[in-house]
Amino acid sequence: MTNPTKIVSPDSVKDEWFRPKEKEQGRAESVVRPSLSYWKDAWRRLRKNKLAMVGLAFLIFLLFMAIFGPILSPYSVTGTDYPNQNKAPSLAHWFGTDEAGRDVFTRTWYGARISLFVGVMAALIDFFIGIIYGGVSGYKGGKTDAIMMRIIEVLYGLPHLLVVILLMVVMGPSLTTIIVALTVTGWVGMARIVRGQVLQIKNYEFVTASKSFGAKTSRIIRKNLLPNTMGPIIVQMTLTVPGAIFAEAFLSFLGLGVSAPFASWGVMTNDALPVILSGHWWRLFFPAFFISLTMFAFNVLGDGLQDALDPKLRG
Amino acid sequence: MAKYIIKRFFMMIATILIIATLTFALMHSIPGSPFDEERTSNPTIQANLEKFYKLDEPMHIQYLYYLKSIVTFDFGPSIKKPNESVNELLARGFPISFELGMVTILVALLSGVTLGTFAALRHNGIIDYLAMTFAVVGISVPNFVLATLLIQQIAVNLEWLPPATWSSPLHMILPTLALATGPTAIIARLTRSSMLEVLTQDYIKMARAKGLSPVRIVVRHALRNALMPVVTIMGTMLAGILTGTFVIERIFAIPGMGKYFVESINNRDYPVIMGSTVFYSAFLVFMLFLVDIVYGFLDPRIKLHRKEGDA
Repeated sequence: MTNPTKIVSPDSVKDEWFRPKEKEQGRAESVVRPSLSYWKDAWRRLRKNKLAMVGLAFLIFLLFMAIFGPILSPYSVTGTDYPNQNKAPSLAHWFGTDEAGRDVFTRTWYGARISLFVGVMAALIDFFIGIIYGGVSGYKGGKTDAIMMRIIEVLYGLPHLLVVILLMVVMGPSLTTIIVALTVTGWVGMARIVRGQVLQIKNYEFVTASKSFGAKTSRIIRKNLLPNTMGPIIVQMTLTVPGAIFAEAFLSFLGLGVSAPFASWGVMTNDALPVILSGHWWRLFFPAFFISLTMFAFNVLGDGLQDALDPKLRG
Repeated sequence: MAKYIIKRFFMMIATILIIATLTFALMHSIPGSPFDEERTSNPTIQANLEKFYKLDEPMHIQYLYYLKSIVTFDFGPSIKKPNESVNELLARGFPISFELGMVTILVALLSGVTLGTFAALRHNGIIDYLAMTFAVVGISVPNFVLATLLIQQIAVNLEWLPPATWSSPLHMILPTLALATGPTAIIARLTRSSMLEVLTQDYIKMARAKGLSPVRIVVRHALRNALMPVVTIMGTMLAGILTGTFVIERIFAIPGMGKYFVESINNRDYPVIMGSTVFYSAFLVFMLFLVDIVYGFLDPRIKLHRKEGDA
């Protein structure tokens, strides 16, 4: 060993070599960055995503107009005014009128009401059924899970839109029917996601720790599993909404949804079909524009949330 | 592999059985008989009609007849058009819908994969930006809105293409475009994101290091793995396209399945509704089955011929 370190004899060690390090008052333990909860952190990242924020802003605007638009307008949704039929957009009728003289502006916001209502209700119902079914299936595991998943696999193979159409025929067209029909098939996707998440998380150490402290199953599900599965669930919900809005418009377009004189974007697009040859562009443009923009907004918001809520990308 | 196929086959049968039963139950839960509107005051005629359509039998016997009609593929005559059978309607409408659906999926696959691949290769470049803008717009615009816009702009205003029917390749362009845009957008996005992931893998670096040409690397090595997520969603996407044909056929006045289906719904023509629902779902479920098997063949990680724990 050719260690060049000088060897100091114990006698020559002086006390003044050793003194306590000056205390940096509290500095070492203080957290430099403000502590961020999962949700605050997600929100911080979502805010940086310009496209998602544009989507969110549009949806807030749409919600406002859906609630107040029909009230603010002097015209009613179903009120006909035959002398003023098929008038182009003007100061009196901002979006023009349809073949019965109904105000397209009022009808567009009324359509927004229906679309948002159908979309949000479908997403919420899917959410509750999906969480219970997927949660039980994933948490119980074993035989229960195997049977429940077989059922899901069979249901997943059903052509959803056909089942929805069939239900509409039997139950008669109405808003309730649309929502019921959409959720009868729609919860399957949510249940699959919840199950996958639960299956993964229930083996993590913090769940084991919780169990070893004697936590009850219900507490583990509420406190440990659900909060940690919320990210993908919220993303799935955000992406369910445009699907439901599309399905409502699709059915109304086929004449199986909301029917005239009431307005939905699908009905308005369908009504515009015979008159596009006569150059009444506003009849098609406004419902088409807003339905596309709404689907766009939900899609970019969903994408943004997906990135913002992904724990792997947490920086 | 054989075991897996057999398992999937029985699941397919179960799904078809469920939808058949569901259709039967739903159709028979509607109160009244389909002849109520006809106002055939003569009770003998009514009884004869019901006998002809076997509506006088008890429910479980009707159900058995119904199952038999599915197995033998003979859905009987239509109620509203008594001189036509459901089979004839299906034979007339289905090939057209099938053609529209297949052309659409082909166009969507080719253009979507190409677009997604180029977007991934020029990550954050101008092509990537344009392709993803197209993808978001394509997902957002519903097919029936796009179809109506296409008719208005291209067929009516510019008079470039015919606005309706399905009589020549020229007539097929607009309906296909309207139906394929959404799926193209979804495929492009999926291809791009999985391609980006695959391109960072070690075996791609290895292929580069070996000095393979970029084209060869992408086509032979990257694409095969990058396409797996696309194959996964193929089944549901096919279902979406084939039901999407209903509304497209209506807009473009194409005499396919959709026309007869919507017509039969409006007329409450039960044999046609039941026959076409079961036939169409069976077809879709069968396609899903095929996609699953193709997936099994393609994915080298799924060893279908081995039992679990064998590896």
